[in-house]
Amino acid sequence: MTRKVRRVFILISAAALAWVFFLAYRPLPPLGFVHSQYGDLVNAITVPERHITDAVSAVNFDVRAFDTLGEEFILFTSVMGVLVLMRRQSDEPAGHHEDKAPGRTVPPASDAVRVTALLLVAPAMLFGLYIVVHGQVSPGGGFQGGVILASAPVLVYLCSEYAEFRRVLSMRLAEVSEAAGAATYILMGLVSLGLGGMFLENLLPLGRSGTLTSGGMVPFIDVGVGLEVGGGLSLALLAYLEELVEEKEQ
Amino acid sequence: MSESILGNAILLFVAAAGTSVVFTRDPTSQAIVVSFYGLLLGIMFLVFRAPDVALSQIAIGALALPLMILLALARVKKQGPKS
Repeated sequence: MTRKVRRVFILISAAALAWVFFLAYRPLPPLGFVHSQYGDLVNAITVPERHITDAVSAVNFDVRAFDTLGEEFILFTSVMGVLVLMRRQSDEPAGHHEDKAPGRTVPPASDAVRVTALLLVAPAMLFGLYIVVHGQVSPGGGFQGGVILASAPVLVYLCSEYAEFRRVLSMRLAEVSEAAGAATYILMGLVSLGLGGMFLENLLPLGRSGTLTSGGMVPFIDVGVGLEVGGGLSLALLAYLEELVEEKEQ
Repeated sequence: MSESILGNAILLFVAAAGTSVVFTRDPTSQAIVVSFYGLLLGIMFLVFRAPDVALSQIAIGALALPLMILLALARVKKQGPKS
């Protein structure tokens, strides 16, 4: 296929795609006028029956908590996949870099990057914790908060040396955090079973709407998910960085 | 009315940013452009009243995804083409 034929082909495809998008866009209802039965139902029950003021969290961690368990384990499995792919094999020589481009140096981080990263470490940590524990009250929760928490060690890496980064974030800490987070979710399900309900049925006292202790099991699940996501991302990060830095040091 | 203008404007921005991600050919620059695109998507979700999704989008699309791309690139570049 010559270049010209390819270009004609891509133009036709692009035009067709644009037309389909246009057809899909036209009948969209105006902003804020969408009413679905499921949405109305969820809005009707979240505050009166579940004492959760964030409808999305109510769906994710209460009404359909079991689905979210599966979602969490997608991440868990992906992180395991990364670790398995990145592991050092026994027959792999340490520091093989037959291909290292000669004279390629890593530029040091600029002062501006260092200062900005240093200033952001503590706020990132605090904001991550805030997002994790306020999942049942306002937008956010374990997934989002966990990613923000995992960004704090990255900022430490940006503003200092790799050694400092490893002092803040050890493999063990990330592993334990991920495993404990994943276990928390399942344990919450078993707690419901133990209390005589169904798996992950919300049986703890629901508390007063709009407060940190509202939502029964939801805040516990959120903390578990936060640990799992934060730990999982950190593990993937460590797996990547470890090999890179090992080779750079030799 | 003003809200629908805002909605349409952000849709156009997202379309433009998505196109520029495709037209950026250098993978390292692409990681930065995709981060910007992720941020715009986050704003789009916010405009369309989905703050939860917006937060996830910003955390994953603008933060975790570019980071993972950069780390993967660092590894690929280190290993280089087999000669």
